[in-house]
Amino acid sequence: MKILVGYKRVVDYNVRIQVKPDGTGVVTDGVKLSANPFDDIALEEALRLREKGLAEEVVVVGIGPADLTAHLRNGLAMGANRAIHVVTPDAVQPLTAARVFLKLVEKEQPGLVILGKQAIDDDANQTGQMLAALWDRPQATFASKVEIAEGKATVTREVDAGLEVIEADLPAVITTDLRLNEPRFIKLPDIMKAKSKPIDTIEFASLSVDAHDQFRTTHYTAPAKRSKGVMVKDAAELVSVLKQKGLL
Amino acid sequence: MSKILVIAEHLDGKLNPSTARAVSAAAAVKPGAIDVLVLSDKAGAIATEAAKIQGVSRVLTAERMENAHPLAAVLAPQIAKAAAGYSHVFVPSTTFGKDVAPRVAALLGVAQVSDVMSVDGSHTFKRPIYAGNAIITVDADPAHAVVATIRTASWPAAANGENSAPIEPLSLDATLPTHTRFVELKQGKSDRPDLQSANKVVSGGRGVGSKENFEIIYKFADKIGAAVGASRAAVDAGYVPNELQVGQTGKIIAPELYIAIGISGAIQHLTGIKDAGTIVAINKDGEAPIFEIADIGLVGDLFKLLPELEQAIG
Repeated sequence: MKILVGYKRVVDYNVRIQVKPDGTGVVTDGVKLSANPFDDIALEEALRLREKGLAEEVVVVGIGPADLTAHLRNGLAMGANRAIHVVTPDAVQPLTAARVFLKLVEKEQPGLVILGKQAIDDDANQTGQMLAALWDRPQATFASKVEIAEGKATVTREVDAGLEVIEADLPAVITTDLRLNEPRFIKLPDIMKAKSKPIDTIEFASLSVDAHDQFRTTHYTAPAKRSKGVMVKDAAELVSVLKQKGLL
Repeated sequence: MSKILVIAEHLDGKLNPSTARAVSAAAAVKPGAIDVLVLSDKAGAIATEAAKIQGVSRVLTAERMENAHPLAAVLAPQIAKAAAGYSHVFVPSTTFGKDVAPRVAALLGVAQVSDVMSVDGSHTFKRPIYAGNAIITVDADPAHAVVATIRTASWPAAANGENSAPIEPLSLDATLPTHTRFVELKQGKSDRPDLQSANKVVSGGRGVGSKENFEIIYKFADKIGAAVGASRAAVDAGYVPNELQVGQTGKIIAPELYIAIGISGAIQHLTGIKDAGTIVAINKDGEAPIFEIADIGLVGDLFKLLPELEQAIG
């Protein structure tokens, strides 16, 4: 079985995002970029399945500008067999990303596609579900446990009510939640090895994907700030303040 | 004139309060009609509840065996069929809505607006990105249906009671897949208020220290009639089950009172509580980031302070 993994580059989760004063975007110049944390988890899961002998090949996929190569090398250093780089200077929305993945799925015929449940930049939480719909295959979103056997995935999903278990025939799309696994750290020798692993580049335009952006971002604003609060000295004062506010 | 289809969320034959919040967002569009669609194997009681929500024009039911559990692959083709003639499809941004809505959008070939926090016009919405550290205004193309998930913490539940909208069964000619099957739902059974909709929430973090120590959080929550939540760190450490997680990737909540105990306040956690009325932080580290957004802060040892608080409440 082959596994495709979505591997998006985003602003590092530790960066405090600043909105540009003119409202045209957020400041990204000079900020640290990293793999989307959910995508590291997706890649880790794919690698573990390969290590268990359940998959032969793990392919990381990135959609982005020419300099995305260095990021994809990290995925290769972590252990992916090869990478596919769909080259476009433009940011793509989830529906476009799903259409790109569908094209790659048709070409690569994977048994499993594992994506992060959301990217921590746009927080859209859409691409995996959209790919599953376009592909007409099962989706198992927000996975915290994945078991593969007999052509099926049994997936435990983190849902608002608790843990839901579903069974999905392969091929299928799985999206990862935080507790699925803890991604491994990249070791120096692996970085060296990754340099010789293949990265296929595909021009976005050559895929003939409809990239008509169906919504347009017109303005960015900083969120309303909560005003600085007060400190109380002890339990009794806290209770009295809360009682005054009618909260207790 | 806009016409909005709201997809009802329900569990165990009961309507989830998130549905009435999505109806509020629908009302903000000032549409000609708001219809609620209930997909279930037994829609009756759920539809009756939905019909009481203020602003609902009609309740439509899609009742069939396959709808016994909310599988996105099974529900989405039906919702996509039902969406014909509607300008908007709204779904609560809960794990239910986040799972099913994008599948509907893709079937309809339209983009989705996730986590709508404000409606600025029939096709103009505000939504958070970067864990709520930036808010964007987006324009959707009026030539297509708008599929959106509604950030429930941003919307009050539409009033419930006076309305009695007509309930009509809907016959949807959709071929349903069998490639995805429900196995089981492991629910934490609790008599405490529901975390997502509670007026008061008491949350514990890493500072609580262990699963056993978390009893002190439960005890205090019960004392004031609050739901219990937790930070990601507390869930990761196994102190409490995943459904208690509050934050960017957990539940986004807006209680009147939120008490964070032993939670340092990572931005991912703060994202989940920004809309709370009053935030109280109790932490032994006076420099903890939680104090930057707390309305009331108390520095000290939670194991000493919680019993004192209980006593002071009386």
